[in-house]
Amino acid sequence: MFGPALLYIAALVGLPLVLAFLYSVGDVKVGSVGYHFVGLANFKSVFQNPAFRGALWHSFIFTVASQAIVIVGANILALALRDRFRGRAAVRFLLLLPWVAPISLGAIGWKWILDSIYSVINWGLVHVHLVQPFDAPMWLGEPKLAMLSVILVHSWRLLPFSTVIILAGLTAIPRDIPEAAAVDGAGFWRTHLEILLPMMRPIINVAVLFGVVFTFTDMTVVYILTRGGPYDSTQVLPSLAFFTGILGSDLAEGAAISVFLVPILVVIAWLMLRVAHRAEVV
Amino acid sequence: MAVVETRSLTKVFKHGELGAVNDVDLLTKEGEFMVFLGPSGSGKTTLLRMIAGLEEPTRGDVLIGGRVVTGLAPRERRIAMVFQSYALYPHLSVYKNIAFPLRAQGLPKEQHRQKVEWASGLLGIGQLLDRKPRELSGGERQRVALARAIVREPSVFLLDEPLSNLDAKLRASAREELTQFHKRVGTTTIYVTHDQIEAMAMGDRIVVLDKGLVRQVGSPREVYDDPADTFVATFLGSPPMNLIDHGEVLVGFRPEHLLARALAEASAAPIANIAARVTLVEYLGSERILYARVERGRFAGQKVIARLPAIFQDAMPEDEVVELAVAERHLRFFDQASGRRTESRPLTWE
Repeated sequence: MFGPALLYIAALVGLPLVLAFLYSVGDVKVGSVGYHFVGLANFKSVFQNPAFRGALWHSFIFTVASQAIVIVGANILALALRDRFRGRAAVRFLLLLPWVAPISLGAIGWKWILDSIYSVINWGLVHVHLVQPFDAPMWLGEPKLAMLSVILVHSWRLLPFSTVIILAGLTAIPRDIPEAAAVDGAGFWRTHLEILLPMMRPIINVAVLFGVVFTFTDMTVVYILTRGGPYDSTQVLPSLAFFTGILGSDLAEGAAISVFLVPILVVIAWLMLRVAHRAEVV
Repeated sequence: MAVVETRSLTKVFKHGELGAVNDVDLLTKEGEFMVFLGPSGSGKTTLLRMIAGLEEPTRGDVLIGGRVVTGLAPRERRIAMVFQSYALYPHLSVYKNIAFPLRAQGLPKEQHRQKVEWASGLLGIGQLLDRKPRELSGGERQRVALARAIVREPSVFLLDEPLSNLDAKLRASAREELTQFHKRVGTTTIYVTHDQIEAMAMGDRIVVLDKGLVRQVGSPREVYDDPADTFVATFLGSPPMNLIDHGEVLVGFRPEHLLARALAEASAAPIANIAARVTLVEYLGSERILYARVERGRFAGQKVIARLPAIFQDAMPEDEVVELAVAERHLRFFDQASGRRTESRPLTWE
C-alpha cells in the first residue's frame, strides 16, 4: 500500500539528497563526466571563501530577524482576529493572500514597490516632504536597506502562515481561562504574558520551527529582489549555493554549501521539538 | 462583604429576539447564599456573568456593596468566581494558581505564602501545592478553584455550577463541604445551578429563572411549598407536582401528599378522595413512584403521580383501581391561562 508513496518520496526527495551528499565530496562540474572522491576538500574551500562566511552570517540575521517580526506580528494579528467583528472573514481572507499567491509574483510586486526610480514608497515619502526627490532611499541598492527590505518582504510572506497557526493555538484555549484571569484581577498584558503565551508555547514553537526552516532554506525573495547584492550584502546560503552550483557551474561546491545547512537545521529541529515536547509534558 | 443588587438587568444577544435575561431585579442580603436555579437556557449563567462583569448588559445596572459597577471591568468589582470548568491555569502549579490573584493585585511577594497557606489549609489541599492541575482529581481541582477564589478575600463569591463536573457521590459531599465553607467565611455568595437538590440543600434563598425571567424568589421551603406559578411547581420536585385541569384553574399537589386513603384518613384534616387506576409502579428502594389515571368523577382520565414511602408496604398492583387521597390543605391553585398562583377555592371531585 505504501509502495507508490515510498517510491515517490525516494525519487523526489531521497535521490537528490543522496546526490547532494555525493557531489559535496566529489569534483563534479556542470558538463563534466566522471566522479572523483575528494573528501572534505570542497568544504574546506567553501569555508575559506569570505563570500560563504558572509552568507552564513546573513542567513542567520535574515532568519532571526524575520522570525522575530513574524512571531510578534502573528501574535498581534491572532489576537485581533480572535474576537468577532464585522468583516472578520474578509480580513482573514486578505491576510492569507500573501501565503496563497505565488511568492514570485508577490516578490516581483515588491521589487517594483522598492524600485530605485519607480518606488511608490519613495513617491509617498517625497509627497509628504520626508525626503527630497533626488535623495530618496535606494531600498535595494544600499546594503543595510537591502537587508532590511528582504527581511521585511520575507516576513510579509510568512506572516499569514504563522498567524493561522497561532490563531489556532489561541482559539484552542478555553474562553474560561482568560475570563478567570480577568476576574482574578489580571489586565491585558498580565493575562497575555503570564497565561495565554505560556499556554500557547508548544504551538508557537511549531510556528517558529517551520518559519526557521522555511527561511533558512529559502532564496526566492533574495533572488528576485537583490540577487544577493549589493556587494553580496544580502547573499544567504541557499542563494549562494544556487549561484555557485548552478550559475557558476561548480556543482560540487554548491552542493557543499547546501549540505552545510543540514546539520544546522537538524540541530534547530531537534531543539524545537524538545522544547515543544517539554512544554506539553509540563 | 457586600450585597449584590441588579436593577432591571437585561441582556439581549441578538437584536429583535427575546432577551437571555429580562428586567431582573434582585437584592441579596449580607452574607447570603443565593442560588440561581433554572433549566439550561434560562439565563442564569448570563445573569451571573453580567454580575461578574464578563458580559455587558444591554440595559440595567449591577450594584455591589451599594456601588454601581455596571461599567467596571471584572477586576474592579472585588468579586471572585469559580467556573464550571474550574479554569485553572494548566501551566502553573497549584501554589501559583492560588497566588495568581495576589500577584495580579500587586500584593508584596512575602505575603503570598502565608495567604496561600491559609486558603489551601481552609480547603484541605495544603499537600497539593507543588502539583500541576492535570495531576489532580476532579474534587481536588474544584478545591483549588475555590482556594484561588477566596485567597484575596473578595466581597462576593460567584459560583457557576461548580459541582456539575463531579461524580454523583462526590457531589453530595462537596455540597455539604461548600455549605460548611460558606458558614465559616460568611461571604455573600451567588451560586448557579440547574440541580434542584443543590439549590434546595444549599440556598438561603432560591431565585427560579425561566426564559430570562425571575419566576420566584424565596427560601427553599417557600418555592417548594408555595410555588408562584406552574413553572416553579413543575420544575421543582421530582417527580413534579401533579396538576389537574379544573376548568379555569389547575389544581396542584405534590406526589408525596397523594397517599393511600387509609393513611390520609388517619389525620383528622379534610381530605379529597381520588380513585385511580395504576398504570406503572417504579420501585426505588426508599420509595415507590406510582403512576395512575383518575378512574371516575370529573377528573376521570387525568394522570396523577404518587410517591409512596417505604413504610407503606401495601401492594399496588398495576391495572387495578386503588383508593388514594390528598389532604385539602396541600392543594394549590393556579390560573389556567397565566399559570400564576391563585386563591384556593372549594372543589367538586365527583
